[in-house]
Formats: sequence, structure tokens, C-alpha cells
Amino acid sequence: MSDNNTSPLLELSHVGKEYYGNRVLSDISFSIDSGEIIGLVGENGAGKSTLLNILFGMPVIASTGGYEGSIHIDGKSVHFTSPNQALAAGIGMVHQEFSLIPGFTAAENILLNREVLNGSLMSYVFSERVSTLDREAMHNRANAAIHTLGVNINPDMVVSEMPVGYKQFIEIAREIDRKNTRLLFLDEPTAVLTETEAEILLTALKKLAKSGIAIVFISHRLSEIKELCSRVVVLRDGKLITDQPSEELTTRQIASLMVGRQNTRREEHRVILEKASDVNEVLSPQPEKKKKPKPALRVEHLWVDMPGETVRDVSFEVQKGEIFGIGGLAGHGKLGIPNGIMGLYPAGGKVRLFGKRLTLNRPRAALSRKMAFVSEDRRGVGLLLDEPLDWNITFTAMQMQGRFLIGIPYIFQMRNELAMRSEAKKFIDSLEIKCTGPSQKAGELSGGNQQKVCLAKAFVLRPNILLICEPTRGIDIGAKNLVLDTLKEYNKENGTTIIITSSELEELRSVCDRVAIVDEGRIAGILPASSPAEEFGMLMMGQNKKNNDDEEGEESA
Amino acid sequence: MIKKFIDNAGWPRIIIALFLLGLFIAAPFVGVNVWTSLNNTLVRFGMNGVMVLAMIPMVQAGCGLNFGLPLGIIAGLLGATLSLEWNTEIMSRLLDLGAKYNITWLNEIFVNTYREPLGFASAIVIAIPVAAVLGWLYGKLLNRVKGDEMMIATYVGFSSVSFMCIAWLLLPYKHPTMVWGYAGRGLRTTISVEGYWLHVLNDALAIKINDNFTIPTGMILFFLFMAVIVWIFMRTKTGTAMTAVGSNPEFARASGVNVDKMRTISVVMSTILGAIGIIVYEQSFGFIQLYMGPFYMALPAVASILLGGASVNKASILNVIVGTFLFQGILTMTPSVINGYLQTDMSEVIRLIVSNGMILYALTRKVRAGR
Repeated sequence: MSDNNTSPLLELSHVGKEYYGNRVLSDISFSIDSGEIIGLVGENGAGKSTLLNILFGMPVIASTGGYEGSIHIDGKSVHFTSPNQALAAGIGMVHQEFSLIPGFTAAENILLNREVLNGSLMSYVFSERVSTLDREAMHNRANAAIHTLGVNINPDMVVSEMPVGYKQFIEIAREIDRKNTRLLFLDEPTAVLTETEAEILLTALKKLAKSGIAIVFISHRLSEIKELCSRVVVLRDGKLITDQPSEELTTRQIASLMVGRQNTRREEHRVILEKASDVNEVLSPQPEKKKKPKPALRVEHLWVDMPGETVRDVSFEVQKGEIFGIGGLAGHGKLGIPNGIMGLYPAGGKVRLFGKRLTLNRPRAALSRKMAFVSEDRRGVGLLLDEPLDWNITFTAMQMQGRFLIGIPYIFQMRNELAMRSEAKKFIDSLEIKCTGPSQKAGELSGGNQQKVCLAKAFVLRPNILLICEPTRGIDIGAKNLVLDTLKEYNKENGTTIIITSSELEELRSVCDRVAIVDEGRIAGILPASSPAEEFGMLMMGQNKKNNDDEEGEESA
Repeated sequence: MIKKFIDNAGWPRIIIALFLLGLFIAAPFVGVNVWTSLNNTLVRFGMNGVMVLAMIPMVQAGCGLNFGLPLGIIAGLLGATLSLEWNTEIMSRLLDLGAKYNITWLNEIFVNTYREPLGFASAIVIAIPVAAVLGWLYGKLLNRVKGDEMMIATYVGFSSVSFMCIAWLLLPYKHPTMVWGYAGRGLRTTISVEGYWLHVLNDALAIKINDNFTIPTGMILFFLFMAVIVWIFMRTKTGTAMTAVGSNPEFARASGVNVDKMRTISVVMSTILGAIGIIVYEQSFGFIQLYMGPFYMALPAVASILLGGASVNKASILNVIVGTFLFQGILTMTPSVINGYLQTDMSEVIRLIVSNGMILYALTRKVRAGR
């Protein structure tokens, strides 16, 4: 770049962040020069969003105690406390979720709050607030911004009528129309684009970089990172793992850097696994070959229309007594699978339970076939927050199986509060739920204890198949282990088939026999839990979708 | 101990209860008879109790407060007027029948001893199916507007009242005590139930304490009977499912409960209770009020249950009893005591100020409870 500019455009040194004693970022240092494109990669929860929030001066950072380290722009130390300051300093950001006004046209959205104004007496007397808009100039300016991106969108088109790909371009056009933008953050801009649209975008970004704008590109598509970025920064567990030129790395290496954990933690999980010896038998790489009974659950070409977790075409089999894991990045549809099977979201395809077809789209049908479900949305779906624990634990069993009722069936039955209470007490003791008693409201418990209540609710049903979503989301480590151990024990004691869906790959690998990785609504591959981490990483990143079978062959050989 | 009691009862109720107590203490000094006041309060409590009770099913099922109570009231009015319309005819038929077969006890039962209670029961029996049908349609409507139930319910109530204003004129009622004298058709605005079932509940088992105080035992017992029915219903499997739907519809759905069905059942129940409630009200009040009569009937009931400590999605029988007693107590006492103090008759004005003021207060409380 220019010689007179010795210091980099943006420099981070030792940036760290803690949320309520929970460290999410530590000691992040890297720098960006003008015109450079950097790829920022990391799993969900690696700290990418927090880093962006810090750089963009989001109020959430300041309100939780600020951050450590320092940030320099052009060698000058800055400390943003509001997004406006970041904007003024020339930082632009395109978020994953669109922030466009649906009823406005493209031009109005691009120039929002920077409209071209007509001067008039009114605006002279009062203020600019009352002046009218120069529609033609706005049209032209928006057009120019859109054309910089190399696409052809009519600036007068209303945003709500646009395909998602267009919306993404409008978001970016808005950032580059801002004259002083020098540094652009793009958070998964290609996630919603088709391949051709993505290519157009990548070309446009390269063009932008040539004009001197620095770009930080966040994506889970590693091939794009390879193609576009000159440098790759990998975050994992809030730490900076590597910062090196992209030519030096293969996509496979990047993937393994992203997911590869310290060996110590893996060993620990191994040991737990060794202990459960009879689980181990099923654990051997390919259980399908050993026994050929009817699978407990057989899913064929399942699609589920769950907002944000669309499942496109999924087929898999789960053996009786198996613990089956479903992993993958957020938003790729892993949560849609169990929700769809349970009938909570519109779904299609074939699901067979012990050989018999299951009616989809009716929670009642799934429950009456002795399936139990623990929702990922604990507070939204999993619990009656305003009702006591015994209600929460026994309600489903009461409604579906007619238990905990007193009186003559079909004629007159009232709920049996005594039986409800004693059942709840049983689970409070066995799962060590910390509460004042069965009549405490579920909403008053901590996350971990609420999760245990959800498990108890499922156990009361005495299920044949247990579907569990995100069993450890938002609970502390102690509770986490207890929940996972409970599941393993339950599987061992009752031979219940358990399907766990989780974003935490390590957790799945420590508990499950086999793990399926979901990518963009399809199963990218099913691996035995003992496969190396980078295999899973590659599947997650949507790499080698086609030669996936070869990979598995290699692994078992 | 005291703190716990205050926490359980809630400050608003304690303040209002103390205010009510104050009014009772002040009453003798301005020449208002305490016994009469107590009697009035108790009678009004019995009159309105069932209509307040009608709020419970819908609140518990998450359909919000039943501002569409006028719909149930209309069903009750239909039951009441039809029972009067057919009363004479049925009676004469029965008399004929009795004369024909010489069954004297038939005469005895239907015409003499139990004529009034049977008339009252027939009003309820006619009103229930009407209320069930109207409630079912109303429930279907509310299932389409989840989240905005209370506003839609208000308009359902208002528009059904307006619709019935036309219907009361056009329906082919013939009974001479009910239709307009000069035209011979179209129902009058107020119809007396005297000679039919005036005070059937009030006078049943009534205990006279002194000239100014009589306990309307029958009416109170009837209210308690209805309350027990609701209490038991909320404890059945369906009632439990209904409460869960109100508490978290997603949870209920994931547990295999048909959410829309539960909501519809709750609305039907609420409407039926409203219908029974107005008949109880009329037998004590003495008149069937048609046309704009039911228009504002929902508001006192809503205010009562909110005053009793219910929120928009949780209500209990205790809320109903406490709320109705406090609301009706204030409504009876404030005008008479203040009237006595000011020495002028402005009871109606004060009644309006007090009742609307309390609704306003109760609704502002509702917003807080909702959060």
C-alpha cells in the first residue's frame, strides 16, 4: 500500500472479553491493511460475534463491563461505545440478519438517513428535517452503489419483493455508498446466496478491495475463504489459533484448526467412554453390519419446514439401543430433524418406527408411539414456566397416557395431585433437581435444573425413543456432565434409543455411538464417534460432499 | 406473618378492603343504614358472581378476559324471554293434560308449587344450547386472532348487542307482557319477570336477620354451586390441558394437546356461564333488560376479577369471590355514603365515576400483570 502510511488500518492488540465471569475472547491480536481481505473463521461460539460487537461498539459490550486490550485505527487508539462512532470512523458492517426496511425501495434503503435533499425555503427556515427528497439523485446514487457490486438491481424495487440474494447486495451497497467506509465486515454474506450470486459477490468484493477498502469476511464456506482472502484468521474457543496467508493452508487444514481441540479433553472423554463397556460394543465403527434387526427409527427423505433450520432431504437409520448424534452448524437444519419427526413443524417424507410408518405433523401421533422429546427451546416449548414442577413433569404423561388421574376413565376423571407430587419428588431426588419442592414454579429454577425437569418429563413417558435437542445449551459444566451421564445411564439401564442433537461436537463424540453431520439441510455424512475431529470438521464445512463415501471407506479401513 | 399475608393478598386488595371497611364505619354517621348496605352488597355479589365466574375458563386457556361476555348474556336473554313466551302455553297444555287424565299431582307440581323454579330452570335449559352454539362460533373466531383476543372480543360483544337490537324487534314474540302494546310485536326494552321467576333464588332458604338484612341463601348457594363446578372442571384432564394451553401453548402442543380445541371449549364454557349469570342477575333484579342492556355488562365483570387479583392469564375462584365482593361493595357503599355526606342526590353520577374508575384502575393493573 501507500508508503506514507506506516501503521496498519486496523490493529487489535490483546483484545479479550468476559461475560459474567465466562471468558469468550482472550488475547486476540491481528491487523488489517487497506485493500486487504481477511477471512475470519471459527465454529459457532468461537467468539466471532463478540469480536464484531467489540469492533462495532455495540452497547452490549459496554453494559457488560467493556473489553480488555486496545484497538488502533491508523495508529490512533480508539474505543467505540456506540455504533455511530464506529460508523464515523469508517467501519461498515453487514450483519447476518438483514436490517432493511421491507416496505422501502432499494434506493431508500441504501440512502437511509443520508438522503439527497432538495434545498427549500422551509428547510432554510426550520431545519433539514423538513426538506424534500431529490428522488432522481437518490436513484442515481443508489444505482452507482449497486453497479459497483457488479449486479443489476432496479433501485426502485421494493425490498420486500426481492429475493434474499438481492437483499444481501442491497445491504452491502448501503455500506459502500457511505463515502468514508474504509473497513467492511461481512458476517456470512454468502449464506443465503446461490452459487452464481456468491461468485458475483466475491468478484465485487475483490473489486472493492482494489479500490482500497479493507474487508473482513466471515464464512463457513472454506472454499470461498480460500478463493477470496489473502489471509485467514482462525478463532477457536475465544482464542486466536492461527493468522497466516491463505496459500499456506488447505481447506482441510483450516477445518481441523477450527474444530481440533486439545488432546487432553479428548482423552478425558475417551476414558468416560471406556467405562461404559456394553455401550462400547455398539460403538464399534459400523454397527449396521453386526446386527441386522429392524432399525428403531428409519428416516427416508425427510423434509422439515422449520424457520431457520430447514431440513431438505435427510435419510438415516438408528438401531435399537443406540445413542445417535446429530451435529452440524447452527441454521443448517440439525434441529429441524427431531422437531419434524415429533410433528412440531410441517414435515414430509417417510419415518418408520420399528418398521411401522409414523404419521407426521401430529405431535399426538409421535407421542402415542412412545417417543419422547426434549426441546431445544426450553423456556419456549419445554416448560410451563408459570406452573409448578409436578405439573411440568407429569403433564404429558397425563394427557397422552391417562396417568396421574383419579376417577372412572371416560366418565369422570380428576387429576391426582398426590400421585403427581410423589412422581415429581422421585425425579427431584434421582436427578438432583435443586428446588424447594414439587410445587415450586418451573420458571424460578436455574437453566441446568430446568433442563433436568425437561428430562424428567421425557422419562416419565417411559419412551422407546428419546429425542433430545441441545441437552447442554446454556447450562454450567457441572450440570452438563450430570445431564449427559443421566442420558448414558438411562440408555444403559432401559435400552432406550436416544437421538441427541447438539451444536457441541465434542459432546456428541463423547456420548454417542455414531454421529451424523448435517450441512445445508442434508446429511453430509455419518461417522462413528471415534473418527478424528477433522473428519467431522470437513463434513461441517460442507467440503467434499461428493467424495464423502470414499472418506468413510478410508476411515473404516 | 403479616408480611406474608400482605404479599399473598396484594396491596391493591388490602387498600380497597380498608377503604370499604372505612365506608361501612362512616355509613351510620351520614344516616346510611349499615344493615341495608350489607344486604345490598351481598345481593349484588350473588347477582354478579356467576358472570365474573365466566371469566375464568377463558383466562385460564389464554384467551384473555372475556370482553365478549355480552354474547353469553344475549344467549341468556334469549333463554329468559323464550321461557316467558312459552310459559303460558306449556302451562295450559299441562293443565289440559292433567284434566284429561285426571292427574292432579301434575297440576300441583307444575302450576302451583314449583312453577317459578321450573320457569327459571327452563330459561337456563334453553339458554345453554344457544350459548354453546354462539360460544363455539365465537371460539372459532378467537382462534383466528391469537394475541388480539381481547380487542376482538370487545367488538364481538358490541356488535352482537347491536345485531340483537334489530333481532329483538323482528323476532316473532307474541306474549302480551313482553311485546310493545301499541304494535303488538317487537319486544319491549325492559320486561318484568314478576309472576314468573322473580327472586326464585333470592327467596329460596332466605334467612331474615332483621327488617333490613336478609341473607339471599339460595342465590349464594347457587353461585357456590357454579363455582364448585368450575373448580372441579379445571381439575379434570381437559381443565388441566386448558390451563397448560393458557400457560404455554407451545408446550401443550408438544405434549399432544389440541390447542385450538381447548381454547374453543373454554370460550364455550365462558359463554354458557355468562348466559346462566345473566338469568341469575335478572331473577334478582326483576327485569329482563334487552337492546342496549348487555352493552356494558362485560366491564364490571372484567373489573371484578382483575380487582380480585387475577392477571390476564391466571385466575382462580378465590379471585372471583374476593373481586366481586370488593367491587360490588364499593359500588354500593360509595354513592350512598357520599350522597349522605353531600345531602344531594347524585348517586348515579358517583356510581358511574366509581365503577369506570375502578375498571380503569383494574385495566392499568392488567398491563403490569401481563409483563
